[in-house]
Amino acid sequence: MTIWIDAIIQGVLVGGLYALFAMGLSLMFGIMRLVNVAHGDLVILMSFIGLMVVEGLGLQPFAAMAVVVPIALCMGYALQRGVLNHTISKDPLRSLIVTFGISIVIQNLLLAFHSADTRAIHSAGLESQSLPIAENLAVGVLPVIMFATAVMLTAGLQWLFGSTRIGRAFRATSDDDGAAALMGINNAHIYALATAIAIGILGVAGVFHGMRTTFAPTDGPALLIYAFQAVIIGGMGSFWGTLAGGVLLGIAQAIGARIDPGWGVLAGHLMFVAVLLFKPNGFFPKTR
Amino acid sequence: MSALLSTHALKAWYGDFQALFGIDFEIRAQEIVAIIGANGAGKSTFLKAITGVLPVAPGNVVFKGRPIGGRKAHRVVAEGIAMVPEGRRLFPSLSVEENLCMGAYAKRPGPWSLEKVYGLFPVLKEKRKVPGTALSGGQQQMVAIGRALMSNPELLICDEISLGLAPTVIKEIYAALERITRDGLTAIIVEQDVLTAERVSQRLYCFQEGRVSLQGNSRDLTHEQISHAYFGV
Ligand SMILES: Nc1ncnc2c1ncn2[C@@H]1O[C@H](COP(=O)(O)OP(=O)(O)OP(=O)(O)O)[C@@H](O)[C@H]1O
Ligand SMILES: [Mg+2]
Repeated sequence: MTIWIDAIIQGVLVGGLYALFAMGLSLMFGIMRLVNVAHGDLVILMSFIGLMVVEGLGLQPFAAMAVVVPIALCMGYALQRGVLNHTISKDPLRSLIVTFGISIVIQNLLLAFHSADTRAIHSAGLESQSLPIAENLAVGVLPVIMFATAVMLTAGLQWLFGSTRIGRAFRATSDDDGAAALMGINNAHIYALATAIAIGILGVAGVFHGMRTTFAPTDGPALLIYAFQAVIIGGMGSFWGTLAGGVLLGIAQAIGARIDPGWGVLAGHLMFVAVLLFKPNGFFPKTR
Repeated sequence: MSALLSTHALKAWYGDFQALFGIDFEIRAQEIVAIIGANGAGKSTFLKAITGVLPVAPGNVVFKGRPIGGRKAHRVVAEGIAMVPEGRRLFPSLSVEENLCMGAYAKRPGPWSLEKVYGLFPVLKEKRKVPGTALSGGQQQMVAIGRALMSNPELLICDEISLGLAPTVIKEIYAALERITRDGLTAIIVEQDVLTAERVSQRLYCFQEGRVSLQGNSRDLTHEQISHAYFGV
């Protein structure tokens, strides 16, 4: 029995990381109807930037985040303003092709500068520390921190969207960009802010990912799939939905992995297919 | 007295299709000018050209003595021109109050506030938490007008605010508009209903196929003149 409880707990905690991967994807799609195929590669890029900051500046991983996140925010803004804004149109194919191209560029730049070796961000033993919560049951400190971060960021985003002037502008632009412009909103700037936030979150997610596991330049597309699955399982309704989607995906993978160590990812895919079949709008779709 | 806003040989295109063929127009401060014309005459296109939704040449539009033609829409609001767009275009995922707040996004200083808009349209205060698009047509139009006022404009532009509304509701909305303009706000009103247009405005332009076919004081124009200008020969 404990081994299943343990699996669920581990799944929930890893789901927090998946949610961190997924939030920006959901945000960019929600505001701009833009599907960022390079999202997973940007996670890996942030892992590498985190690694360079940790090794180059000799910082602890959490201190490194304070460097990586601002870099990620700026990259997101520049990417949107400089490239992606020019691809936004009624035809979603243009942004798909361009972000697919960006994905390939990131992978190849990383291969060129870092070779295909797998790397890891070391965190002075944090990755192996755990807290006992019951007999035969312990949770890793790092997964707990990741999950808590995911919950805080979800609450933060929900607050930003629901209760601030800039959040109102995001929603208004998403509803009707033409009418938003008549209110004085510079859509190009609003879109760039949205992408800055989306990629800024990846600054956190990328460093966590590098601390949790090894990574290599071509790992991005697999992470993109997890992010997609979390968004779709959760439904496009709210950031809490995306968090729930990540958690459900994490649980499915953890349970699958307990049945057979090779089945973790497969179990995630199966659950995703089941959601598509029986709840195609996800568990928390937009209500209006 | 010089014009608050004027256009000079204003032309506008949708791709290769020319919709306006040199419109000369002016409105003085505190004036209410109506624009009438058949479907497709170019009234909305004219408003889009003024508000920066469609690109035009700089000197084509002059506001307070400065050329503003070709300026992007989001910068025109900051100059003091607010539009109540055709079809209202409220933001569906925003509540009534949030829709109104969006009008204040440009942060132009001035007399308008949520309280003042609720004073003008008390029903909106009761419904302020409701999604804007859940209201009746007339109430939605009130939100659209209130939203435009929240930007503290010097020039208010209304595109067919009576479209699809019941006569009593139209009366109510125009009564509110009269209260606003009595306080000195300048307004351009596009209106399909000629009688309403004549009644609320001091001067009137009639558009036909992208050109001005008639202009004059609303009181002085005869029905023959107007129907001739409206439908052509
Ligand atoms: N987005 C567009 N793309 C192409 N042509 C357009 C577009 N909008 C309007 N037109 C054309 O431009 C001309 C003027 O249209 P406009 O909308 O300005 O007319 P209007 O006077 O406002 O009419 P209505 O009373 O129906 O609102 C019409 O021939 C119309 O078909
Ligand atoms: Mg029109």
